[in-house]
Amino acid sequence: MKRYDAIIVGGGHNGLVTAAYLARAGRKTLVLERRPLVGGAAVTEEVFPGFKFSVYSYVVSLLRPEIIRDLDLPRHGLQILPLESTVVPLDNGDYLGSWADGDLTRRELARHSRKDAEAATLFGRLMHHMAMAVKPILAMVPPDPASLAPSDLRGMLRFAGHFRSLGAERFHALYKLMTMSSADYLDEWFEFDPLKATKSASGIIGTFLGPRSPGTAYVLLHHYMGEIDGAFRAWGFQKGGTGAISETIARAARSFGAEIRTDAAVERVLVKGGRATGVALASGEEIAAPIVVSGLDPRRTFTQLVDPGEMPGDVVEAISRFKFRGSSGKVNLALSRLPDLTCLPGAGPHLRGAISISPSLDYLERAYDDAKYGEFSRNPYMDIVIPSMIDPGMAPPGKHVMSIFVQYAPYALSGGWTDARREAFGDAVVNTLARHAPDIRSAIIGRQVLTPLDIERTTGLTEGNIFAGELALHQLFFFRPVPGWAKYRTPIKGYWQCGAGTHPGGGIMGASGRLAALEILRGSGA
Amino acid sequence: MLKTTPFHVRTAPLVQGQAWRRWAGYTVPSAYELVHDREYAAIRNAAALIDVSPLYKYLISGPDSTRLLDRMVTRDVTKCRVGQVMYTPWCDSQGKVIDDGTVSRLGERLYRLTSAEPNLRWLSLNGAGMDVTIEEISERVGALALQGPLSRTILQQIAATDLANLKYFRMVETTLAGIPVAISRTGYTGDLGYEIWVDAARAVALWDALLTAGLPYGITPAGIWALDLARIEAGLVMLDVDYHSSHHALIEAQKSSPLELGLEWTVSWDKGPYNGRRALAAERARGAAWRFVGLTVDWDSLESLYAGAGLPPQLPAVAWRGSTPVYRDGHQIGYASSGCWSPLLKQYLALAHLSAPHFAVGNDVRLEVTVEHQRRQAYARVAKLPFFDPERKRA
Repeated sequence: MKRYDAIIVGGGHNGLVTAAYLARAGRKTLVLERRPLVGGAAVTEEVFPGFKFSVYSYVVSLLRPEIIRDLDLPRHGLQILPLESTVVPLDNGDYLGSWADGDLTRRELARHSRKDAEAATLFGRLMHHMAMAVKPILAMVPPDPASLAPSDLRGMLRFAGHFRSLGAERFHALYKLMTMSSADYLDEWFEFDPLKATKSASGIIGTFLGPRSPGTAYVLLHHYMGEIDGAFRAWGFQKGGTGAISETIARAARSFGAEIRTDAAVERVLVKGGRATGVALASGEEIAAPIVVSGLDPRRTFTQLVDPGEMPGDVVEAISRFKFRGSSGKVNLALSRLPDLTCLPGAGPHLRGAISISPSLDYLERAYDDAKYGEFSRNPYMDIVIPSMIDPGMAPPGKHVMSIFVQYAPYALSGGWTDARREAFGDAVVNTLARHAPDIRSAIIGRQVLTPLDIERTTGLTEGNIFAGELALHQLFFFRPVPGWAKYRTPIKGYWQCGAGTHPGGGIMGASGRLAALEILRGSGA
Repeated sequence: MLKTTPFHVRTAPLVQGQAWRRWAGYTVPSAYELVHDREYAAIRNAAALIDVSPLYKYLISGPDSTRLLDRMVTRDVTKCRVGQVMYTPWCDSQGKVIDDGTVSRLGERLYRLTSAEPNLRWLSLNGAGMDVTIEEISERVGALALQGPLSRTILQQIAATDLANLKYFRMVETTLAGIPVAISRTGYTGDLGYEIWVDAARAVALWDALLTAGLPYGITPAGIWALDLARIEAGLVMLDVDYHSSHHALIEAQKSSPLELGLEWTVSWDKGPYNGRRALAAERARGAAWRFVGLTVDWDSLESLYAGAGLPPQLPAVAWRGSTPVYRDGHQIGYASSGCWSPLLKQYLALAHLSAPHFAVGNDVRLEVTVEHQRRQAYARVAKLPFFDPERKRA
């Protein structure tokens, strides 16, 4: 039986980050990935001949700069291309644009509301301060508030001290952000509804909540966190798609000596006397290691990779309550030519940025209403990008790939997902797009529709939740994934977690993978 | 009024923010778009089209053309084959650099020299008594740089010859979309790229042909701001920014030798007499007093300086130019002359002149940074140039 110091189950981007850090510290590390390619939900695949797609996760915003530096990712292929603008087609035939240039953006907003154009500057400053306040938490191992261990007490003190240092005004603003709905919060600032809708959309992505659901305001912050780092770090498209990020991290991990095996599905983690001893592959092969790290989501980590009987009952119960509830789907289109937007005809610079279908708060809330009762949105929120505009290698010359993130598509569709329902969902998306770009249908030469069920089946993400568990306040920080087990450990000795279901989770950030590796190196003596 | 290049009628309408830069008495776009990120990205990701017509260009012909150039520049021009291009500086008799540029051997007795500054008088002085004809063709010839990983693919769409065989620093005379051009595999970006030389009268037609052929491959007109980021990543020295022509220097200290500029590789030690040879040999023997090096600024150090002021790091989007002190062990040991945040390498880079013996690669130094009006010092490390050197540049 082969032996390693550490085995990572799952070659998603967080697992690869963990592997790279462990290998960098001299640990003999093995990554086992079930699929033929690494990346998990950050993969690039040639879905139609010549047309490459970032099949699931499609933009980079929060990849931690310390990871970029520590792992020397630019030398291994990190190359982020600019994603500069957002255009929102409106129902009256007009549009709302947000451009790379601040003056252009202010002038465009003033066209719709002079007051909002002024408020946007102040709102941006407040968000800057809020994001600065929250950012250190992303790099912090969550302390356990119920523990009296000195390290936890110190952590809580640091946590409390951090908030005290904000001062009353900013603390109050943060408190509101933590508790209000994004719609209510934005109502305090702006009057132009499409602006509020578009901003609120970033608060609902990946959750089973609507813009009027309390708690969604907080997620607005994540968008601004990307902006603080944006100019100097990583915000945009990875050249070659998000799969190229995964390959970049994999190259870095290999350069430190990590071994990565694809087509190697782990059946279960081997446990002896409350201690992890290795893994058993679906092929029957067993590999030993004193440290096993799961990059899978909390349900798989706690109740499927190991016999739940190895876990305390209350942990199993808490995990069973951890909410996944995938709420989004993805439609990938191969296009013979660029679409022509009614509100902004021609192949202008707007096609290099995002097109957001978020014309009003009511529109988004109605989209959510459908989902609440088990239907996909007849008129969904959509975030559309055309990566081939800036990365010509993604499509044959002159042709294009379009990526459409779609919300809502509930995992628990009433009656269940079938092939017919999937295609009906795809039709709803194309119909919505065709209202703003009537010529789109004749440009489509390939259509891939992914429901939350498809996402679950292919990537393994439970219930197709793109964040490996909802990013809701009750599932963040020391609650991620469950109280008492937020520090990357599990009740089984030597068995660790590093996926996005741990703090801080979500997006191609790598922070969970890094913090897990640092905890393992600190705490395991490995 | 400043002069305009032969491509001006096409470039001017594309310049959104009236951001222009002076270059050798011409005006060329600093940036086409209001934010130049995409123009820079094109250089590293697709292909950028850059108007470099303001370069000075000379045709040197006649039986003594090789002799003249070989006497003037530091590289061994007798080894330059027809169809070859050499990058080279040229010096005064004290071995101090006057200018740098490229020598292209167009024929057995025919060369083209490009330079940043006028060199007709200097060429004539060096050619005194030789059987040689020197002709300035600066205004007659338009020049475009097509730089980036897809530049070859784009040119191949409309080129009459197979460019797969055109090696790094070689040139070929051919046609693009039927327009006679010379294409050299050269550039100022450190990437796969070409420079295209065309009769000014056909310049606009060439621009149009390139943009049409390049559209499916993401061709993007790019200005000097984007080029400046790329040339810093490539560690390429720039006249009047990183060094001054010895013909313009008011004091000795303002002059630089090729050895001090990291251009030792361009100095031939075994060829016949040339300007500065004796001085350079002596300098080589005693060791250069300065060296042009790269610096990478430690991000944690920069971040903590800014955090002290309650801010995230603030860096300009455009490359900076101007002298910035560099310290080691509390003493100033040199100065940086340009720097930028590299969007590709995700590093804050600078090009600096460090005095002996401080310039060894790997040395820890400090670079002055101004944080909220306060002068501070960030940790930096001496790095090997170029910072960025992709295989495709030569492949």
